[in-house]
Amino acid sequence: MSEMRILIIEDDPEAANYLVKAFREAGHTADHAADGLAGYARASDGDYDVLIVDRMLPKMDGLSLIGGLREQKIETPVLILSALGQVDDRVKGLRAGGDDYLGKPYAFSELLARVEVLSRRKNGMPGAPTVLRIADLELDRLGHTLTRAGKDIPLQPREYRLLEYLMRHAGQVVTRTMLLEHVWDYHFDPQTNVIDVHISRLRAKIDKGFNTPLLHTVRGAGYMIRDSAR
Amino acid sequence: MTALGKLFRTTAFKLSIAYLIVFAILAGAVMFWVSSDMRRVIDEQVEATIEAEIKGLSDLYRQGGVRRLVDIIDRRSRQPGASLYLVTNFQGQAIAGNILDLPAGVLTSPGIRETAYERVGEAGVDRRALARIFVLPGGFRLLVGRDLEDRETIARIFGRALLTSLFWITIIGMIGGLFVAQRVLRRVDAMNDSAQRIMEGNLAQRLPVGRSNDELDRLATNLNSMLERIQELMTGLREVSDNIAHDLKTPLTRLRNHAEQALRSPGSPEEHRASLEKMIEESDNLIGIFNSLLTIARLEAGAEPSAPKRFDAGQVAKDVAELYEPLAEEAGFSLTVDVDTDCWANGNRELVSQALANLVDNALKYGAPEDATTERAVRMEIRRNKQAVEISVADRGAGIPAADRERVLGRFIRLEGSRSQPGSGLGLSLAAAVARLHNGSIRLADNAPGLRVTIAIPAADRTAIKPD
Repeated sequence: MSEMRILIIEDDPEAANYLVKAFREAGHTADHAADGLAGYARASDGDYDVLIVDRMLPKMDGLSLIGGLREQKIETPVLILSALGQVDDRVKGLRAGGDDYLGKPYAFSELLARVEVLSRRKNGMPGAPTVLRIADLELDRLGHTLTRAGKDIPLQPREYRLLEYLMRHAGQVVTRTMLLEHVWDYHFDPQTNVIDVHISRLRAKIDKGFNTPLLHTVRGAGYMIRDSAR
Repeated sequence: MTALGKLFRTTAFKLSIAYLIVFAILAGAVMFWVSSDMRRVIDEQVEATIEAEIKGLSDLYRQGGVRRLVDIIDRRSRQPGASLYLVTNFQGQAIAGNILDLPAGVLTSPGIRETAYERVGEAGVDRRALARIFVLPGGFRLLVGRDLEDRETIARIFGRALLTSLFWITIIGMIGGLFVAQRVLRRVDAMNDSAQRIMEGNLAQRLPVGRSNDELDRLATNLNSMLERIQELMTGLREVSDNIAHDLKTPLTRLRNHAEQALRSPGSPEEHRASLEKMIEESDNLIGIFNSLLTIARLEAGAEPSAPKRFDAGQVAKDVAELYEPLAEEAGFSLTVDVDTDCWANGNRELVSQALANLVDNALKYGAPEDATTERAVRMEIRRNKQAVEISVADRGAGIPAADRERVLGRFIRLEGSRSQPGSGLGLSLAAAVARLHNGSIRLADNAPGLRVTIAIPAADRTAIKPD
């Protein structure tokens, strides 16, 4: 993942420091604004890849800030952080112009994965190509067929969508929650980790019998599909 | 005095006084009407008699002249009674009769009138009479009258009766009012005392209810039902907070233990890492419990996340089954879905999915058959009837005894035997809250063997516009 410029607009100094430090450790540039107005000013001037906006901010609340930016045609992707994690709050946040929403408390790995996906979107991911390729794995999005090393692999519809999502974000960590949201359209946590079983099934189909595994588990974060030979 | 003052201030007493005044006015009016009517009747009779007598006397005068008239008058005047007579000559001097004196001017104007007079032999006693003066030919004047003593007596009797009855009405009314007020006051005071004790914290106290089923009794009964409900809610709340305290303290303690362990032991970085990972796992578990609790609380407060929409409950069930299918297969379960055609429902797809996911999760966790010969099976059925779509999840496990079926819908309720499995005891509570939010119902039944949980939610019309 190439280096990202991130602006964190968060009034709690401890949380902000933690985020700045964590993003820098992950190899990114992170700036911090402590209130809504300062955040709005920096986001308007600076060239950021992603904004992380707390919903409740002094001087200007998060949703107004996003609304203001969008009115100025500043389309920097925004991830909203909020203690209000319920479905309706999330819908409100996305409607106000946010691109993603994460309820507090969150795992940093989850935040990082989502920010990386957002930044990729900003840097232009033109309508994904009709054929997605990772090493010798090929997913034909027109014919809905999957081959590895030229060998056909039959997929269930859901497995197809799961693999498609992973391949569109190849090289990026994809968390279980992101998969639930984008592949299943669920915004709740199932009590048991059902995603792992789906992944291991998919892995059995695409990696079994091949020398280089493509679908990797990222400990404490999620999954990633990548060509490990490169 | 204050007790009496309190009595006087009661609504019952004020009401009695108001009634008393109304009755007194009514009684007075009736008395007045009766007495004036009677007076009128008496006057009419007297007038008629006088009229007849004058006619007779004037006939007599025409036949026998003044001498004959005076004779008759003299004779009649001597008889005791109420009749009054007077004959005067053209000079105004009395020539016969039993009237001693009349106010001036009475004789000069003919006609009927009420007048004062003095009777012969009773000089100085003022009396009243109704009299008619009749002018005879030859300048003589004839007065015929009736003393009004009787009429005045009757009027006095009526007046006295009126006063007496008013007096007694007032006395009895006051006593009655005080009596009623005191009775009511005693009951209201008893209720107030009970209310006071309840406010002091004795929630088990109830208001006294009499046997008469009057408005106070009905009020007390209703207030008692209200107190009953409040007590239930309070008990429920206390149980919930006890449970929350207990069920949150357990993972918090584990979290703390891991941290202490990591600090105490001089272990390798790997061991510390493992401790930290366990701590994160426990925190995530806690966050999960908090999220579930918040969701349930919001659903129970009736906070609908978004407006209800049409959705295909059959598809929702199939999606949930599809999500859990690999997990079921791994655990050796068969997971089947049986859907009626047209299972469109009205509500929130996401919440219903979550509720169903919880039910399937439970079935896979606790629904393993007790004997090895029974097939491990979880079956979802989606049935459409007139008003509702019923979604049921059934397993072949040990089931839940009938006595516990209501209880397990509560928060943090985990039955013996399930405590060994991971879980928060919130899955069924959430499903129940989702059903309630949809104005639907949740039912736990025996699947012989096993448990069958059925959620019913309002059905949507098939002909409605297809959802987006």
